[in-house]
Amino acid sequence: MPFIPHTSDDVQAMLAAIGADSIEDLFDEIPAHLKAGALAGLPEGLSEMEVTALMAARARQDAGALCFLGAGAYEHHIPAAVWEIATRGEYYTAYTPYQAEASQGTLQTIYEFQTLMARLTGMDASNASVYDGASGLAEAVLMALRANRKSKSGRVLMPEAVNPRYRQAVAAICENQNVELVSVPFNTAEGTTPVAALADHAGEDFAALVIAQPNFFGALEDVDALTDWAHAQGMLVIALVNPTALALLTPPGEWGEKGADIVIGEAQPLGIPLSSGGPYCGFMCCKQQHIRQMPGRIIGRTVDLEGRPGFTLTLQAREQHIRRSKATSNICTNQGLAMTAATIYLSLLGPEGLEAVAAHSHANTQDLVARLSAIDGVSLAFASPTFHEAVLRLPKPASEVLPKLAERGIIGGYDLGLDFPALADCVLVCATETRIADDIDLYATVLAEVLA
Amino acid sequence: MSTQTDNQLIFELSRPGRRAAAQAPRALPEERLSAIPQALRRKQRPALPEVSELQVVRHYTNLSTRNFAIDKQFYPLGSCTMKYNPRGANRAAMLPGFLGRHPLAPESHSQGYLACLFELQEFLKEVTGMQGVSLTPMAGAQGEFAGVAMIRAYHEARNDDARTEILIPEAAHGTNPATAVMCGYKVREVPVNKEGDVDLEALKAACGPQTAGLMMTNPSTCGVFERQIDGIAKAVHEAGGLLYYDGANLNAILGKVRPGDMGFDVIHMNLHKTFATPHGGGGPGAGPVGVSERLKPFLPTPIVGREEDGRYRWLDQHDLPQSIGHLSAFMGNAGVLLRAYFYARVLGREGMIRVGEYSTLAANYLLKRLEAIGCTPAYPARRASHEFILTFAKESKTLGVSAMDIAKRLLDYNQHAPTTYFPLLVPECFLIEPTETETKEALDEFVAAMESILAEARDNPELLKGAPYSQPVRRLDDVKAARELDLVWSNV
Repeated sequence: MPFIPHTSDDVQAMLAAIGADSIEDLFDEIPAHLKAGALAGLPEGLSEMEVTALMAARARQDAGALCFLGAGAYEHHIPAAVWEIATRGEYYTAYTPYQAEASQGTLQTIYEFQTLMARLTGMDASNASVYDGASGLAEAVLMALRANRKSKSGRVLMPEAVNPRYRQAVAAICENQNVELVSVPFNTAEGTTPVAALADHAGEDFAALVIAQPNFFGALEDVDALTDWAHAQGMLVIALVNPTALALLTPPGEWGEKGADIVIGEAQPLGIPLSSGGPYCGFMCCKQQHIRQMPGRIIGRTVDLEGRPGFTLTLQAREQHIRRSKATSNICTNQGLAMTAATIYLSLLGPEGLEAVAAHSHANTQDLVARLSAIDGVSLAFASPTFHEAVLRLPKPASEVLPKLAERGIIGGYDLGLDFPALADCVLVCATETRIADDIDLYATVLAEVLA
Repeated sequence: MSTQTDNQLIFELSRPGRRAAAQAPRALPEERLSAIPQALRRKQRPALPEVSELQVVRHYTNLSTRNFAIDKQFYPLGSCTMKYNPRGANRAAMLPGFLGRHPLAPESHSQGYLACLFELQEFLKEVTGMQGVSLTPMAGAQGEFAGVAMIRAYHEARNDDARTEILIPEAAHGTNPATAVMCGYKVREVPVNKEGDVDLEALKAACGPQTAGLMMTNPSTCGVFERQIDGIAKAVHEAGGLLYYDGANLNAILGKVRPGDMGFDVIHMNLHKTFATPHGGGGPGAGPVGVSERLKPFLPTPIVGREEDGRYRWLDQHDLPQSIGHLSAFMGNAGVLLRAYFYARVLGREGMIRVGEYSTLAANYLLKRLEAIGCTPAYPARRASHEFILTFAKESKTLGVSAMDIAKRLLDYNQHAPTTYFPLLVPECFLIEPTETETKEALDEFVAAMESILAEARDNPELLKGAPYSQPVRRLDDVKAARELDLVWSNV
């Protein structure tokens, strides 16, 4: 019996203690007509060896392509120690730290994560993480609506240059809460969201403006001007950021005169594998004044009966298990393991290491763009500076070119025509520190052949 | 003299200029960054720790040991199903081909992964008796959200927009009312009677044209099977509402009773409970949803479909135009789903049926043993499901010892405490869930610990009030934590 330890003697002794004749007797309160049948659709059980072989064959089937996709998930080197430690049984098989005295390991790790994220973003406070960046952006929008008490409209400005998958998730999650997401077009020459594009909305009531840095096109926004404009209009600023980029770029806490109010981002680039899209880890930071509107777990440092420092869940009065229908969100977990990995990753990389990762990613993308745009008919679509992604215009629709590249073992980027019909001949490419010069050469060679 | 085994913070170990040099690429000359305008550049490096690789490994290894965990202790946390998390599942999900797969990789490079997900969808349908499954919700609470959002989408698609209320038994998890509100509904609580069943007459009276649906668990959070489920389903359905099954307690009935057969229209499953994926100190989980035929068009996307030629592909908004949409950037917690897939394949049909049987056996045995040493069950006349409730109201009144004191003292006996003070309607309670993976000896040790603690409560109640004594810290000052917020470390 897989994972069930009871011998037949155990079962007899246990039934005797209960005063039941059989295990079936224990289900005597369940109406007979509701009992399940044979479950014929389930296969016979297999051994660990057999399932491992089956899954290993399937995993091999998907491996081996050279990938230049980013679009919200980034392949970075992950130090061996990160998951060796994060999957230690003491982290892996613990649960929510309700018994704080018996969970100091997890609790201190979260406190360190909160500190790391606050320092990286330049903000006052952080929570213990949320599911991912996209659902986290939805939480940030709802938080801004609660925090901006002067705004009554339920409206938020959402630039089109924000990752379309994030916009979809925000729409799905906020749909039934009287939230209106008003989109802001991007400048088609620059690939950014200029303040001029917002001018139409001056004087209108919006709770917040979302600013992505870098935006979905990899382009760098004029965050200072956008932040100051939003604040002048009485809006809060929700910063959507890439944590690797923050090693090089102005942290949201220092944007404009007053800094962003809420920061959200995807921690996946910090030591979390691509893993088909999850589990990832949304990080969420804010100014101190908004902390009581923050959703999710928050850990605080306090003292024990003897005055020694220790860590505990705090501000629980915001949460569903206390507030029920009046909670800030229904969220009741964080992404514990992924958050642990991100914490270990940032500790291993340190300030210089993270900066080097960011610098190599930027430089490799510059090289990739230079090589590819040297091919006849390929050009950079937007003039703005970028971080580690860029949009290339091809002489043919991306939907024709990308499958041909895939046939030759290269996942060449993201087809922007999927979300932006006007960009059907554009592909979003990415090169992190893991895409070395040989990889870039190979892509350039194969792309030239495919386009020839 | 402090050593690294104290709970120093990683920041306190930092020394300027120290690096884990193997872990970063070489520094690049500044001109390689010249394309980034200076105005957008960070002026000061973030104050991340500057430590060696060994310091990091030692720090987090030592920190991990300051946790209770299933791998170390019995962990009978009610409603959380802290069963063994197979190591084989972890290894399988961490295979390089799975870890390295980009979420937007073309289907041609994803057939192995999609095959696992497709089969998992089919297994979950079979074991729950539902007609359609979407794996995308990233946690139980997000599964609940998806479920109630589908109920809403269903009513709206029928232009049935007078339905404004979700009914919820008062014993329900806090996520249920919080979710209903996130979906734009008002919550009406339904009372539970002395035997732990829903007050059916009160439920019938609450049902009406305003009823969008009912959210409930079965077995309920009272640790008993809701015997009137047929009557409940009939009352809600006759009023035009839909039935939502909170799968938190699915472990109790896995293989024995299927939510679909009980009349539920939509359910979520917590794979980190019933399918043995790790809790990871609070996540990540996975909360797939299953639906009856009429809710299939509304499932959250993407879903894995299979073509006639056997190829797998993603079904998206194009295939399901009425879908409630995407709930994450990509397609949920893939790594968790792969672990659940491994578990389902190892268990197979027979193993799946045994889960409900042996988790129920363990709970009823533990209940009888604890009753025999003087513990008070909240529902003495009832069979336990996979979990049960004890109340220490008597001890609280006569000895001044609370359920929390007993819980803290259990830690000194190297036993993780059960869930305390939930459900809210039973005073001074423990919700205890032993799971099917614990030996009889482990259950007996817990009973022995409880017997000893009850004796201490009578002889020396002060001892319990000061507990725990054996942990890295004594009882923590939660009031100070909330009043003098210290959420991030400041060196100043």
